[in-house]
Amino acid sequence: MTEMSNLGQIAAQAATDQAQSLPALPSSLWVYLSATPLFWLTATLVVWLLANAAARRANGHPLVNPVLISVVVIGTGLTLGGVAYPAYFEGAQFIHFLLGPATVALAVPLVRQIKLVAANLLPMLAALAAGSVTAVLSVLALGALFGFPEALTVSMAPKSSTAGVAMAISKGLGGDPGLTAVFVILTGITGAVIVTGLMNRMRITDYAARGFAAGLASHGIGTARAFQVDPVAGLFAGIAMALNALVTALIVPLFL
Amino acid sequence: MIQGITWLLGFQLVGETLSYASGGHVPGPVIGLALLALFLLATRRFSAAAAMEQSTGKVADGLLANLGILFVPAGVGIIQHLDLVISMGLPILVAILVSTVVTLVVTVWAFTLAKHLEQQWRRKP
Repeated sequence: MTEMSNLGQIAAQAATDQAQSLPALPSSLWVYLSATPLFWLTATLVVWLLANAAARRANGHPLVNPVLISVVVIGTGLTLGGVAYPAYFEGAQFIHFLLGPATVALAVPLVRQIKLVAANLLPMLAALAAGSVTAVLSVLALGALFGFPEALTVSMAPKSSTAGVAMAISKGLGGDPGLTAVFVILTGITGAVIVTGLMNRMRITDYAARGFAAGLASHGIGTARAFQVDPVAGLFAGIAMALNALVTALIVPLFL
Repeated sequence: MIQGITWLLGFQLVGETLSYASGGHVPGPVIGLALLALFLLATRRFSAAAAMEQSTGKVADGLLANLGILFVPAGVGIIQHLDLVISMGLPILVAILVSTVVTLVVTVWAFTLAKHLEQQWRRKP
């Protein structure tokens, strides 16, 4: 009997609690939802779909870059909503995880176009050697010119290689991996935005060459741009990204 | 679809295993890429492999057509260091822009020059 009344009391207490918290529902709902992986996963997908639709409506204009738009919109939302990045990543990690299988997936266009890739083997090796050295040496030269502290130059040197590899290189040489990640992202977006105009101005019509340059200079984000433009460009960008990750890891320690 | 995802994850898993065993110099997904390419090339002649190539191809095309979204979660991480980037300001952005332009130009130039030289060399008797 006492148990029953206790239960009744608890239920009544719960009801009043709920009634009291009702006026504050929008903010408590935000606190609740913004802490669930579901919210940020869905938000990332929705923002990407809208950004992608905008890019398509702009006929793939390089400035309307869906990665750039999504990062700016979500970054602004997190900052305004007072949400910490780790809370966001709880949800977004499910998308991030797909980077691994997407890298493996490059094998499919590689096999489909194996003859084209084989025919471009020598140009790819020449471009890989020249490009990866240029990516690192140009940072060292600009760092000296602008008087960057050494830790900053070290953190920037591997910026053209893919994030995971660049951060490992930076860490191994006394750089700041977090800062390296920022430089990697900025480099990727910069390359993705400028590559089309630059290649058109240089009158490069070979999509293998254009894609290879995009992937080498601006890794996965450049590769995503290349796939947006042309499947052959995307394939060569992906190859360049994978090869440059290996070569950068080898050469950065030599120059620093 | 599930079949294709399983093949991709399976090859990544083998790649990660080999990467770990070899000291981690080459990222696991890159080893997985090479192994899947070799596997697809080696089995291409057998009709039994057609189903695998088709299922893997469907998932691969879907992933690669939407590659950009996969970089959004990491890209948003920039907000953690935003104050630092702003405080260091313009020289950083100029350095990244100039280095990226120079890298793009040198890379594409080396590519087309090597292709040109190779073609000339082949034309000679």
